[in-house]
Amino acid sequence: MSEALLEVKGLKKHFETKKGMLHAIDGVDFAIREGETLGLVGESGCGKSTTGRAILRLHEPSSGQVLYRGEDVTRLSPARMKAMRRRMQIVFQDPYSSLNPRLPVAELIAEPLRVNRVYARKPEEAERVAAVMELVGLEARLIDSYPHELDGGRRQRIGIARALSVEPEFVVLDEPVSALDVCIQAQILNLMAELQRKLGLTYLFISHNLSVVKHVSDRIAVMYLGKIVELSDYKSIFVEPLHPYTQALLSAIPTTRPERRKERIILEGDVPSPIEPSPGCRFCGRCRYRRERCAAETPELREVGAGRFVACHYYDALGEKKGN
Amino acid sequence: MSETTMLLDIRGLTVRYGTQGGEVRAVEGLDLSLARGETLGFVGETGAGKTTTALAVMRLVPEPAGRICGGEVIFEGEDLLKKSPRDMRSIRGSKISMIFQDPMTSLDPVKTVGEQIAEMIGLHESVSRREALAKAQAMLETVGIRAERSGDYPHQFSGGMKQRVVIAIALACNPALVIADEPTTALDVTIQAQVLDLMRKLKDRYRTSMILITHDLGVVAETCDKAAIMYAGNIVEYADKASLFARPSHPYTQGLFGSVPDIESDAESLNVISGLTPDPTDLPPGCPFHPRCPRAEGACSTQAPPKVEIEEGHFVRCFLHGSGGRAR
Amino acid sequence: MNDANAKPAAARRGRKGRVLEVWRRLKRNRLAMAGLAILAVLFLTALLADLVAPFPSDKQDLENTFSFPSRAHLFGTDEFGRDILSRVIHGSRISLSVGFLAVGFSVVIGGAIGAVAGFYGKRIDNVLMRFMDVLMSIPQILLAISIVAALGPGLWNLMIAVGISSIPGYARIVRASVLSIKDREYIEAARAAGSGDARIIFRHIVPNCLAPIIVQSTLGVATAILTAAGLSFIGLGIQPPTPEWGAMLSGGRGYIRDYWYMTLFPGLAIVFTILGLNVLGDGLRDALDPRLKSSR
Repeated sequence: MSEALLEVKGLKKHFETKKGMLHAIDGVDFAIREGETLGLVGESGCGKSTTGRAILRLHEPSSGQVLYRGEDVTRLSPARMKAMRRRMQIVFQDPYSSLNPRLPVAELIAEPLRVNRVYARKPEEAERVAAVMELVGLEARLIDSYPHELDGGRRQRIGIARALSVEPEFVVLDEPVSALDVCIQAQILNLMAELQRKLGLTYLFISHNLSVVKHVSDRIAVMYLGKIVELSDYKSIFVEPLHPYTQALLSAIPTTRPERRKERIILEGDVPSPIEPSPGCRFCGRCRYRRERCAAETPELREVGAGRFVACHYYDALGEKKGN
Repeated sequence: MSETTMLLDIRGLTVRYGTQGGEVRAVEGLDLSLARGETLGFVGETGAGKTTTALAVMRLVPEPAGRICGGEVIFEGEDLLKKSPRDMRSIRGSKISMIFQDPMTSLDPVKTVGEQIAEMIGLHESVSRREALAKAQAMLETVGIRAERSGDYPHQFSGGMKQRVVIAIALACNPALVIADEPTTALDVTIQAQVLDLMRKLKDRYRTSMILITHDLGVVAETCDKAAIMYAGNIVEYADKASLFARPSHPYTQGLFGSVPDIESDAESLNVISGLTPDPTDLPPGCPFHPRCPRAEGACSTQAPPKVEIEEGHFVRCFLHGSGGRAR
Repeated sequence: MNDANAKPAAARRGRKGRVLEVWRRLKRNRLAMAGLAILAVLFLTALLADLVAPFPSDKQDLENTFSFPSRAHLFGTDEFGRDILSRVIHGSRISLSVGFLAVGFSVVIGGAIGAVAGFYGKRIDNVLMRFMDVLMSIPQILLAISIVAALGPGLWNLMIAVGISSIPGYARIVRASVLSIKDREYIEAARAAGSGDARIIFRHIVPNCLAPIIVQSTLGVATAILTAAGLSFIGLGIQPPTPEWGAMLSGGRGYIRDYWYMTLFPGLAIVFTILGLNVLGDGLRDALDPRLKSSR
């Protein structure tokens, strides 16, 4: 994994709540190679957004390491961290609440430039803003508009332009298209793919929508209740999902071609609370293959084939069962 | 198709909103019919007029900003638009009921779920409070919630469970028609699968007709019998599910299919419909889709396209499919 | 790009342009402009009091006490035969400066306390807000009395006393709006860009909680003038014969049955100040909010 741009090791984030310790992320490991897109999927509350934010230290991780080109981001001094932020950026889910409503487009995009004192002179800064706007397909005439005057798609383009203004290498995309209509969603997805090609960006793409993740990712990690249960290249995860949760998740997605679906698994019950979780496999309460060992022992994420990782004691037994 | 089998028949429905920016033509001369026991998927983007149509059927278009300017909404042989407010109140909830998108906000936080279902029953049926509560508990069982939980408050339920409660309220009086406005959009996929599964079962059991408003073609494919695609206040395509998915014929429908990443497809890049949905205060003349349409011709920008039946029960509002012909 | 000087058609406006934009929006609001006019007149008379007032404020005319409004004395005279109009005009200096400076003082201090408490939360919040609660538990006037009693009478001490006694109110309001804003994604976005706390507070949070501050402080000016009047009445504020609206109001109270004009005119002066401020404040709040631009 020498070519990894970003390596996450044993990352944990716990929040104190009145009811007890909330284990939002509970030991997550993965690596992202330079220039690739890693998709991070899971349902609400599984910790996927917290993971993205912990990597950028928007939430201070409770423990674990985030190695960026070998350097541990979690240990950087405030000044070094500020410099690091130029290389790691984020695009948020909701283009309505992620833009300060009192600032016009130009100011919004210039904000990271100013904070980091990238340009000493105003004309250079204005030039950069204009260039970034062009890059993300925002018309120059919108430069003085306020976010509320624009539609969701354009707002999300502002969010992307803001992230790209400081020329980062790595961008966390936190549900960047979930709040958008399908047509706009497609425009934004295509834009992000194009930007990745042009600028050689590395993405961590967080989403609850497996179809979208499949469309954009090179590799996919599936999260459940603070842990990664499966990580693999995007094809194998769809062709042959190993973890029972991944299987259920895949079969739950409404598709326009239901006849092509192999099997429909409807999970019982809800995701259990992440507050003081019980030991053992997090999924065992809803798993249809569970055995005694599952409740007692937490399965580790282990490599089971070329680049394929799964956290399940009996993943290989599942295959046999299905084969019968 | 004879008139008598139709539960709901909307003809020429027109709804407008007055705003400071000008008059919004939310729904423009919309025709739609729905048979008993049938589920119709109502698909479109934000602002296409899906919810407004649903509200018009319920006569709940927010006044005075919104006005139903014309048309008929024939439900069980009677025009709902001519009903008195009092009659309408007794129809709402008992014969037509609605399920809203967000289960977090559509339940009253200070009443137990049992009381909320019982309240709906009490409004429309002459039963004692006790009977209403007993019936409410039975309804909870029907939607897969144990009856003991009828004394719990909404915050004690998860999102999916809340949506089940909302469904129980909607079905409490055994309505002939349920309008579900994006009932699963706020839910996670595995929970969405549970809720859709439940809705399918209940619909079969009660023979309820349903209008399912959604933006997800996958949801339509899995739950509906028919589908209507709405764009800028009108239905551009209406067909049996099978026919629509086999042969999407309006350029907008085709664009919609192309822009959704589908889990079962292997397409590398998405086909994008360029541009944005038109400003509803200033709709383009002719076919409202023509500025974004890759196959627009001269007539598209001047004349409103006719409704053409390209197959039995498959209607398209587009010039590409000449008068009654099989165009290609 | 070598054509940096060939700016696009829509060159950006910059800070100056945005101030102009706010002014343009404010101008379209007639009510706000009326408020501005009232305030402008009041401030001008305060500035030019010596030129405008027909008599010196303390000139007594003991043969002409309690005279009804007439051509010679438009607002009548008081118990010492002093011209009420002149006293209202001269009084505006003191009343307006007490009102505005005291409120300005408490908005700045209270706002800063509230912003820090709301932004940092936890222990800092607890310490600061419990201290504010202590201040709040003492009736405002009592608090002002004890402060001014400790500092000694005088215009500045009066303003400080009035100012301190209304700090907790602003602190609470600002804290509440900061709490509602600090979890928005754009605050997180600012952090992701590398912004420090000060920049986040002053550039992203404070501008977004202006609305309640403006409303509260326009009302606060009225309270400040009246509190100052109360202090003057018990001899802790402005010393007679210096004219001051609140003091005139309370001085005339004993005669209100027979000589109502002694209280009416200073009262009206206060009413107009507050009215002007309120409508201007509302207009300003709307004009400063770009989201409301298109709705007009």
